[in-house]
This record gives sequence, C-alpha cells and structure tokens, in this order.
Amino acid sequence: MPENKHNLATGNVSFWNDPAKRSLVFQAILFLAVFAVGYIIYQNTQHNLESRGITTGFEFLDAEAGFGIIQSLIPYDETHSYGRTFVVGLLNTILVAALGIFFATILGFLIGVARLSHNWLIARIAAVYIEIFRNIPLLLQIFFWYFAVLRLLPGPRQSLELANVAFLNVRGVYLPSPVLGEGFSWVLAALVLALIVIFFIKRWARRRQSETGDQFPVFWASLGVLIGLPFIVFLLSGASLQWEIPELKGFNFRGGLTIIPELSALLIALTIYTAAFIAEIVRSGIESISKGQTEAARALGVSPGKTLQLVIIPQAMRVIIPPLTSQYLNLIKNSSLATAIGYPDLVSVFAGTTLNQTGQAIEVISMTMAVYLTLSLLVSLFMNWYNKRMALVER
Amino acid sequence: MIHNDNKLPDLPPPKNTTGIIGWAKENLFSSPLNSILTIIAGYLLYISLVPAIEWAFVKADWLGDSREACTSGGACWVFITARLNQFIYGFYPEELYWRVNIVFAMFSVLVAALVIERTPYKGWIASFALIVFPVIAFFLLYGGGFDLKIVETHKWGGLMLTLVLAVVGIVAALPFGILLALGRRSDMPVVKSFCVIFIEIWRGVPLITVLFMASVMLPLFIPEEVSFDKLLRALVGIVMFQSAYMAEVVRGGLQAIPKGQYEAAKALGLNYWKSMGLIILPQALKMMIPGIVNTFIALFKDTSLVLIIGLFDLLAIVQAGLSDPKWLGYSVEGYVFVAFVFWVFCFGMSQYSQALERKLDTGHKS
Repeated sequence: MPENKHNLATGNVSFWNDPAKRSLVFQAILFLAVFAVGYIIYQNTQHNLESRGITTGFEFLDAEAGFGIIQSLIPYDETHSYGRTFVVGLLNTILVAALGIFFATILGFLIGVARLSHNWLIARIAAVYIEIFRNIPLLLQIFFWYFAVLRLLPGPRQSLELANVAFLNVRGVYLPSPVLGEGFSWVLAALVLALIVIFFIKRWARRRQSETGDQFPVFWASLGVLIGLPFIVFLLSGASLQWEIPELKGFNFRGGLTIIPELSALLIALTIYTAAFIAEIVRSGIESISKGQTEAARALGVSPGKTLQLVIIPQAMRVIIPPLTSQYLNLIKNSSLATAIGYPDLVSVFAGTTLNQTGQAIEVISMTMAVYLTLSLLVSLFMNWYNKRMALVER
Repeated sequence: MIHNDNKLPDLPPPKNTTGIIGWAKENLFSSPLNSILTIIAGYLLYISLVPAIEWAFVKADWLGDSREACTSGGACWVFITARLNQFIYGFYPEELYWRVNIVFAMFSVLVAALVIERTPYKGWIASFALIVFPVIAFFLLYGGGFDLKIVETHKWGGLMLTLVLAVVGIVAALPFGILLALGRRSDMPVVKSFCVIFIEIWRGVPLITVLFMASVMLPLFIPEEVSFDKLLRALVGIVMFQSAYMAEVVRGGLQAIPKGQYEAAKALGLNYWKSMGLIILPQALKMMIPGIVNTFIALFKDTSLVLIIGLFDLLAIVQAGLSDPKWLGYSVEGYVFVAFVFWVFCFGMSQYSQALERKLDTGHKS
C-alpha cells in the first residue's frame, strides 16, 4: 500500500494509525485469545477427567472389545480389540459410501437427463421425484425404508424368491456367493493384462488417427479384449468358479452372500436422496451449454449420440464436477446416519458402542472426526485433480 | 383476366396441431421411442398412484381416539389426529399451550411481513425479528420472567422444538458466519488461517459427530459446577456447524462483488469496517439471501438428527409413538405425516429462494 510507505518513511504517524502495526497487534491478541481458550478447555478437561476417574490415552485400543458386530468385512469376533472395531466400522462406512456414490451417480444422471426429456410425462415424473425426495430429511427416509418397508417383509419361511437362488425376507437379501477355485487367480491376472492391453490400444488408436485420420473402433475392441481374454483363461484354467447357493436351514438361510436389511435401507435412502441433488446438478450442467453448440455439431453432420458424447458432456462436466464433489462428500458424511438404524458403520460401532464401553469420549470422537476429515480431504483432492484435468485451457 | 380480390377466409389450423391432441402429439408421442416411454410411464403411474390415493384418502379413517376406529382398510390417520398435540408441542404442559401459540403467531406474522414484497419499514421489522423477538420468544417458551412458570427444555418437543432448533441455529449462525467469511478473506495471515481451519474442520465432519461431541465432550470442556442444558448443548453444536456453512455462503456473496466496489470504498477514504458495513455487506447479503435460504432448508432437515442424542423433535415423537404398543404397525402413516410437514416447509422455502434468485438477478453473474 503506497500511502503507508509514505507514512512509514516520514515516521510521524502514531502507532495505532499504522495499519501494518495495528494488524500485527490484532493478530497477536487473537492468537493469545485462542491459545488462552484452548488452555482453559485443557485445564477443565484434565480436572473433569480426573474427578470422574476416566483414563486418557490410546491404550484402550488394545483392550478386548467383547461385543459382536452384525457385519464385518474382515474377520471379527468378541475377543478382538477395540482397535479392530475401529477398522471394522471404517470398512463398513467405506463400503456403504462407495456403493452409495456408485448407485446415486447412475440414478442421478438418469433422472437429470430425464428431467430435460422432450417427453412431457417423463420430464414431469423426474421433476416430481426431485422435489419430493430432496425436501424430506434423509433420516426420515432411512427410517421409512427400514421400519416401514423392510420390516414388513415376510419371515424366512415365506421368503420372496428369484429362480430359487436369491431370497428376500425380513432378515435381509440372500444371494449366491462365488466360491473361487484354485486356478481363479489366473483369471484375475488375465483381467489386469486385458486392462493394460486396452490402455495401449487406446494410445495406438489415437496416434494412428492423428497421423492418418483413420478411426479405429476402440470401444468394441476394448470390450472384446476385456471380456474375451479373462474368459479364455477361465476356460483354460478349468472353469474353477462355483456358486454357493443360500439354503433354508432351521430358522434362517445359511451360506451364500447376505445383505443385512440395515445396509439395504441405508443404501436405498442414500441413493434416492443424493440422486435427487445430483439430478439437479446434471440438469444445470447440460443447460449451461448453449443450444448453438448442438446446432453447430448437427450442422457439421455429427450424429446426435456423438454430439452428446463429444460436445455436450465434456463441457457440461466442467460445470458438474465441483458441485458433484460436494454431493459425494455429503453422501460420505450422511452415511453416518447409519447409527440410527444400527448399521455397524464407524459412528455406530466406534463412536457408539466403543465410546459407551470405554468412556474415552475425547479420543474416540477425535479419531472419528479425523477419519471423516481425511476422507473428505482425499475425495476433494481427487476430484480437484480430475476437475483440473477437465478444465478449459485458456490462454 | 379476371382479377379476384376476394381472399378466402383463413382456415383454422389443422385439428391435430392444436388443443389437447396437438399438445399430446408434440409432447408425448413425437417419436416411436417417445410413445413407448409415455405408455410405460403412464402405466407405472397408474398402477402406483391409484392404490396410493385409495389408501391415503378413499379408504382412510380420520377421526377417533384409538386404533379401533380404523376399520376401512386404508390409512389410519387416527394415529396422527389423536396425537396431534404431541406432534406440535411435544410434552409441553397443556395449560400453557397459549404461550407457544403466541410465539408461533408472532413468528408467522414476522415471516409473512418479511417475505411480502411491499411491506413498509422492512429494515425495522427485520431488526425486531432478529433482536427483540428472540428475547420475547425465550421468555414465553421457557418462562422465568414476568411471573411465567418455567417449562424445562426436556419437555419441549415436536414441531415446536424443530422450529426452535432451526430458527436459533440460523439466526445465531449468521453473524458468526459473516465474521468467519470476512476473516477468511482477510489479509492477516493468522486471522485467515484460524478461519480457514475452523470452516474446513466443521465442513469436513458429519453433523452427527458434532452432536455427539456437543453431548459427550462439551461437558468435559467446561468447569464442573456449570451445568449445561441438553438442548443448549445441541444448539451450540448446530450453530458451530452451521456457521461454517454460512461462512462459505457469505464468502460467495463477497466474491461476487466487483473489485471496483472495494476500490471505490477505499478511494472514498472509508476504513475497513465502514467499507464492509456500508458498501460491501449490504450488497453481498442481498445476493446471499437465496444461499441463506438453501442453508436454512438443509438445517431444517438436519434438525431431525437431534433424536440421536435424545431430543424429541417431530421425527422422534413419531418414532416414540410407533413403539407405543397401542399403535404398533402404523409406521407408514407416521412417516408420511412427518414427511409431509417437512416437505411443506422445505418446498415452500425452496420456491421462495428460487423466486428471490430470479428477482435479485442483478446481472453480476453473466
């Protein structure tokens, strides 16, 4: 700021009227104030913890947990430690968040495009869907699916069934689970190999197109490689994949893959709720591309499908990605509502049961918050990177 | 050559391009694919809407005081009507409902006055609503002064509690949010980093963990002698959380003010607070109103989470009603009712915010 320089140079300005010094003093005061508040909180906490006989530190993570969890992606039982409950909860959170993001993105894009459909009825249905589901609290929707829908399903003996291999009842969804034979690792290796081959096909095709102008059907070739290569290996390795079909034994189904109703309810609610927001984002993204672009592409003889794929979507994505990122973050954070219906996510298992048993509120809550902060930062880092790659390059 | 100057009268447009048929042809059956989609969608609507309407209205029972009144086989709204007082007032003493009603009435009048465009003295009404009304509302709801009997907050519940949480949350979060946003755009590195850290932490964690923190950690932070009301603790959590979101809304508004305005303020010799208070914030706030309304909608829906820490908001009252052995099995009615109440509020607000966005479009964006 030039006028300050002049004042400083002449040196006849009072201390309080010099913006630079004043801001230094102000910042020092603020720093001290924050420090003091922190210190008072620390003192109070120390005193309170002592008088209530609560131990501090992270030793409790090694102690035996002694409670069961209805769904765990890694082996877990009552004898495992509290630290293990943290990991189990974290994995369950990641599972529901990843599935939720996957389904909500698909449904959201479908509804967003339907909202712009030329078909009046379809556009209206999409609009009503959006207005209904985004204006009702998510927790209420979770309760609705869990208590009002899934709880009213028939018991195991009267299960709804699909072709005698998949079953739906009040205890959950029962699906056949794959049993991997010995040679199956070769199939996985072939899958990885196929992905690498596709990467090189793409590069080669792009170079050939820019040199000779000839197009190569990259999509169909890639699809062929992706399905064909693992399939051949699968046959060669002796078709070593079997399915374990759930069977009704006693009061419940045994074997197969079980999706507990808590997970289904949470996933349905998260998907439907978030999709309503994503649909609006997709609509505004597509609407932001001026109509002239479509007309120009069509005038050049580009087919409607190619216009959408090569002209509209890439540009719309630039508008879509930043708000879409916030929706992904919201979905991850919203998955914590699992605790209300007892799906064993991080908040439910760790900030719920573990906190109640150990009483170590500070450690447990901070760890939980740190996890969500880290997840949020990771997702936004990734999406920002992606956003930058897609961004318009100007000058 | 005979020249006939008599024009033929204009013919009406072809029948199948106007009226319902023309409209349907253009909007529903413009191509084979569209026709198929229309028929499928129409069929799906028919098989879902007809039974739903039949359930909710035609075969429904409305009045009575126990489940025996539900005989028609449709929705049993008796579950709602019999408990309507609890849904609105929670466990507030019945003889004191008038106090809550006065607050409701004042609140509605104030909101109406602020929303209707032609109200005179809007500034004064807004200041009254933000400064005087909360004090009156507090004394009416809680009691304490003026010979009013105290009603402990654990008796508050239902729609009343939902509204208290939402309104206090937003009104208290607004000033904090403005300060945080100004801090985030400040030139002072210490101020800026404190604000950025505060905002990013609260925005990065779920509201549930904030509420857990408020309910289990906050009592550890304060001296033992001070007891802290459960509702107040939840409010502290909500305000912290919401002010971070509000700060980002305000920041958006501040960024939308052209640089020339800041420079003009400086050129006039105004200091920081004067230029913010007289030039920047009034313009930014006006632009932010839609954003604030959206934050309010989000907050309004989020208030339902307090049931997890044991407060009885509207949703929690329904949950409690469902576990009453006298009313087992009426969960659908309960959820539909609460969903409808929340929906009316949220949809109304979102329509209002969209109308504002159109009205306030000053052309800054394009």
